[in-house]
Amino acid sequence: MRGIRKAFGATQALGGVSLEVGPGEVCALVGANGAGKSTLMAVLSGALAPDGGEMLLDGRPYRPRSPLEARRAGVAMIHQELSLAPHLSVLENILLGIEPTRYGVVNFPRAREAARAALAMLGHTDIAPDTPAAELSPASQQLVELSRAFAAGCRVLVLDEPTSRLGREDGRRLFELIRRLRSEGQAVVYISHFIGEVRELADRFVVLRDGQNAGGGDARSTAHDELVALMVGRRVDELYPRTPREPGEPLLEFQGKEPGGASLTVRRGEVVGIAGLLGSGRTRLLRSLFGLEPIRNGSLRVGAWSGPASPARRWQQGLGFVSEDRQQEGLAGSLSIADNLTLSRLVGLGAGPLVWPTRQDAAAQSLIERLGIRCRGPRQPVGELSGGNQQKVALGRLLHHDVDLWLLDEPTRGIDVASKARIYTLLDELVSARAAGRPRAVLMVSSGFGELLGVCDRIAVTCRGRLGPLRAAAELDETSLLGAAVGAA
Amino acid sequence: MRLRDLFGSGGPLLGLLLVGAIFVILVGPQFVSPVNLELIARQAAIVCTAALGMTLVIVAAGIDLSVGSIVALATVTIALGLRAGAAPVTAIAGALLASALCGLVTGTLVTRLKVVPFIVTLGMMLLVRGAAKGLADERRLEAPATWLTGLLRSSTGGGFGLPPGLLGVLLLTLAVAGLLRYTRFGRHLFAIGSNERAARLCGVQVEWCQLAVYTLSATLAGLAGVLQFAKLSVGDPTVAVGLELDVIAAVIIGGGSLTGGKGSALGTVLGATIMAVIQIGCSQHGLPNWIQQIVTGGIIVLAVALDRWRERRRVGV
Repeated sequence: MRGIRKAFGATQALGGVSLEVGPGEVCALVGANGAGKSTLMAVLSGALAPDGGEMLLDGRPYRPRSPLEARRAGVAMIHQELSLAPHLSVLENILLGIEPTRYGVVNFPRAREAARAALAMLGHTDIAPDTPAAELSPASQQLVELSRAFAAGCRVLVLDEPTSRLGREDGRRLFELIRRLRSEGQAVVYISHFIGEVRELADRFVVLRDGQNAGGGDARSTAHDELVALMVGRRVDELYPRTPREPGEPLLEFQGKEPGGASLTVRRGEVVGIAGLLGSGRTRLLRSLFGLEPIRNGSLRVGAWSGPASPARRWQQGLGFVSEDRQQEGLAGSLSIADNLTLSRLVGLGAGPLVWPTRQDAAAQSLIERLGIRCRGPRQPVGELSGGNQQKVALGRLLHHDVDLWLLDEPTRGIDVASKARIYTLLDELVSARAAGRPRAVLMVSSGFGELLGVCDRIAVTCRGRLGPLRAAAELDETSLLGAAVGAA
Repeated sequence: MRLRDLFGSGGPLLGLLLVGAIFVILVGPQFVSPVNLELIARQAAIVCTAALGMTLVIVAAGIDLSVGSIVALATVTIALGLRAGAAPVTAIAGALLASALCGLVTGTLVTRLKVVPFIVTLGMMLLVRGAAKGLADERRLEAPATWLTGLLRSSTGGGFGLPPGLLGVLLLTLAVAGLLRYTRFGRHLFAIGSNERAARLCGVQVEWCQLAVYTLSATLAGLAGVLQFAKLSVGDPTVAVGLELDVIAAVIIGGGSLTGGKGSALGTVLGATIMAVIQIGCSQHGLPNWIQQIVTGGIIVLAVALDRWRERRRVGV
């Protein structure tokens, strides 16, 4: 790809970007959100037509008019959000759009064979072609997407944040698979926010910033900090700020029911982390604390109240929740930033049952400024924002509601480094003893062990649905957390 | 507040002006004479009233197919009341109560049994129609003449020289527009329609809102029934068959989206008016009914297609 340009209205998304990847090579494409990675890949995979520039595949001009055409030419894209049809079988999903037919009728025996072959290429004959896609785990669903790419004869594979939905073990297996594909001569473009992943997996990296090439080089010999600096355009000196914290009275107490069941206490003025693998029960624990799922194996006290309650009641008790799934649960994408920020607390924006839009906008504007949300204004639909800015809106809702206890599920998943840094600063401001007014408390779930160790004061580990004891973060490191998460300790 | 908030995106207003201009050219300047405008407004009033309720439902990502049947039930209830010697006000109250009850049943089924609204209201459509026929003994019920029949007649003279029924529809429009824009309930409806799970997470009482919205919609359909009775002055259990489709069309032309989270009261009124203009215009120009239907159908598809096209250009996908 040479000198690719693309503009949306007045916004220049890509201003002459070049990217090259050879067979048997993994090239990482990194950059902050809004840097143009997704646009570039949409151009490559045929979803968008470029305004200028040229693309060559095997030395020949390549101008796909649709994703299907790109797939047939050998360029396949695996999106961050899975794009399977949940009601169709694995087989039908793999061959969607390229079904072998005779006189327009699907030739199922041949289709089954092709699907099996594609799965076998990935070394996963364990997935039955007739299972409905919805019944598979996220990791297996991703394998099905990969098989879909290979069934069409893929030579350039584009992966967009493939590990963001996977647990650690599944992520490791995906890496092995990618390495094997590389040794078989496959060209891979790997998009990721995780710098550790990039350094571990990629041969080369290319940095995009504001729609321009901002550098590149050998992935293994480039230092971590150097990469971060290239991505954000400035040095990130202190990612995890820490001001003095003075834990106060307990805001939430959870006591496990079974004998020896651990308890969880969150006090005012501290950040408590929950570490664990995907499916270890960490998300379920957080959701049940907020009343989104029943509390099955323990008793709960929130301030003066005990027992279960609805989300509406939890908000009243001073709890706020940020979902790990921004699209499906966290935000109402078609509504404005102002509506999303103020939804949980419209009281006070007008007399009685009334809500004045001007007051909504004023409240939203002050949060937009405080959190540095990049947008056109409080009336812009939230779905148009980048991931990092959407997450700031989701967190801003808790600021607007002025909650005491912040329950955060994967608050930095899939967002850029600069937004992450802003969120870490916000969390520290919340619990700081120097905070204006009273300090708050944070209980957060995260797959990023480094992040938890950097942000939290105390950390508990969930493993196979069981909650472990709370331990001071200063006594822990990534190895001991991982050990507890896989049940070794 | 900007005009954009009032009229959704301005599209429906433009559409109305365009359709109006076409008929002024075809029929002549008398098409926009006060008398003719009032005729159009009277024509639109019934669909408009029911469509205001439907707007609330559609904003919350629901659908209500039972409104036509509820209109029929309301006319029958009023006729029965008047024949039994009740005062017109009592008869209206009875009709509204019966309608609200239908909505309450719909809402309960949708929220408790988690049956999709399309199916529930499809069932209610037949059920209520059957009930109306049963109550009326499958006949048109003549009723004694009261002031009710003058609701849509200009000679009775309401405020601003408008028939009282039209004045009522105007006030109702403002009330629903305000409800959607300026109240917690209204904002909650948008949130539910846009993303029900996010609304629930934010502490919105989703079930309660849905129950309320179906009850409100049915009550407004009952009110449309009152106007229907005023127009025909009989209780007719077979009236307003298929009205629900006109009502839904009005909401869609007015900028509503069946996937929820979009819609406005004024847009809906404009949508209903566009359809009335086409009807009246076609018949005054001497065009047969089948052309009316083709034009209306075209407008529905065109309105939604234009809306999608504009959306895509704005987002730039």
